[in-house]
Amino acid sequence: MNWLTETRWSPYIAGIGIGVLSWLTFLISKKPIGCSTAFARTSGMIERLFRGKKVEQKIYYQEVKPEVDWEWMLVLGIVIGSFVSAKLSGDFHWLWVPTQWSQIFGSEPVTRIIVAVFGGICLGFGSRWSGGCTSGHGISGTLQLAVSSWISAIFFFIGGIATAFLLYNVIG
Amino acid sequence: MKEQKQTNLPQKPSRLPLLWGLLFGIIFGFLLQKGGATKFDVIVGQLLLKDFTVLKIMLSAVITGMIGIYFMKTLGWIKLSPKPGSAGMSIVGGLIFGVGFAVLGYCPGTIAGAVGNGYLDALIGGVAGILIGAHLFAVIYPKVKDKILKKGYFGTITLPQLLKVNDWVVVIPVVALLIFILIRLEAAGF
Repeated sequence: MNWLTETRWSPYIAGIGIGVLSWLTFLISKKPIGCSTAFARTSGMIERLFRGKKVEQKIYYQEVKPEVDWEWMLVLGIVIGSFVSAKLSGDFHWLWVPTQWSQIFGSEPVTRIIVAVFGGICLGFGSRWSGGCTSGHGISGTLQLAVSSWISAIFFFIGGIATAFLLYNVIG
Repeated sequence: MKEQKQTNLPQKPSRLPLLWGLLFGIIFGFLLQKGGATKFDVIVGQLLLKDFTVLKIMLSAVITGMIGIYFMKTLGWIKLSPKPGSAGMSIVGGLIFGVGFAVLGYCPGTIAGAVGNGYLDALIGGVAGILIGAHLFAVIYPKVKDKILKKGYFGTITLPQLLKVNDWVVVIPVVALLIFILIRLEAAGF
């Protein structure tokens, strides 16, 4: 069982595993793997805590109900699965600032958190705008050959590569 | 007795689908962590075109997934569920997502994995940001719903439908192309 305690697997093994997992989610749950809708539902659930039931009248939340569904449980599962994997290999560490970030922008957690919030806002907003994320469009949609997903996934990387070069090679 | 208990609770929806979701998520998170995709340095390394781990994981998942999914579709075991799209949704939304992808260094799936890995910038900063971003989209949604999101609308169409050909006429060349890309990446030393 040494493979369970290895820190890293070949990316091809991880990828093939995710591909096989997608067969099972289609076959058993009749759903493709996706993650970003769960964040939209959570956002609605949090808003409902403060503003009550009228949140459910919002046009967006009539289409994306603020409730715990299959995909929400999937995202919760990712946290657990990653934790188990990291613990088994001794790769679990509490870390405020990623290495590559601190090399260029310093190791101050506050700066990193503020920028992470801004990045998260773009990510949350953009994933709802395009209707999916790197899992829903990038893996599940492209493997179904959906036109929406191929275009979205290509533009995720165009936007991501351009921004990363600007941040790390021009500003940094 | 058992039967009676069951009939007493006729309205209660089954929890089983949610448990499957949790189980699949645990496996997904495990594979993402083992593959290295829960790490900021790996994701940003990909966007800087220095470390191709993320692309290797994604393409091998897509190749494997596509063959199996279309095989099961051909056999009539499953139905596809492609997402709808439009030029306005996919291009504009894709670019905004891309900015966030690079600035945050995680995406909505890998950030859940990053939280499980102990990364506090993901938990405290990133998750809060994604929730705020999703909230802002819900706020502006009524204003953009029938305008920019409908620009160049093409719906839930797939490539085989668009080209009006048998599924496998697209699946086989796409799989071959993706394998070719991976071989070239390895040959180039990535």
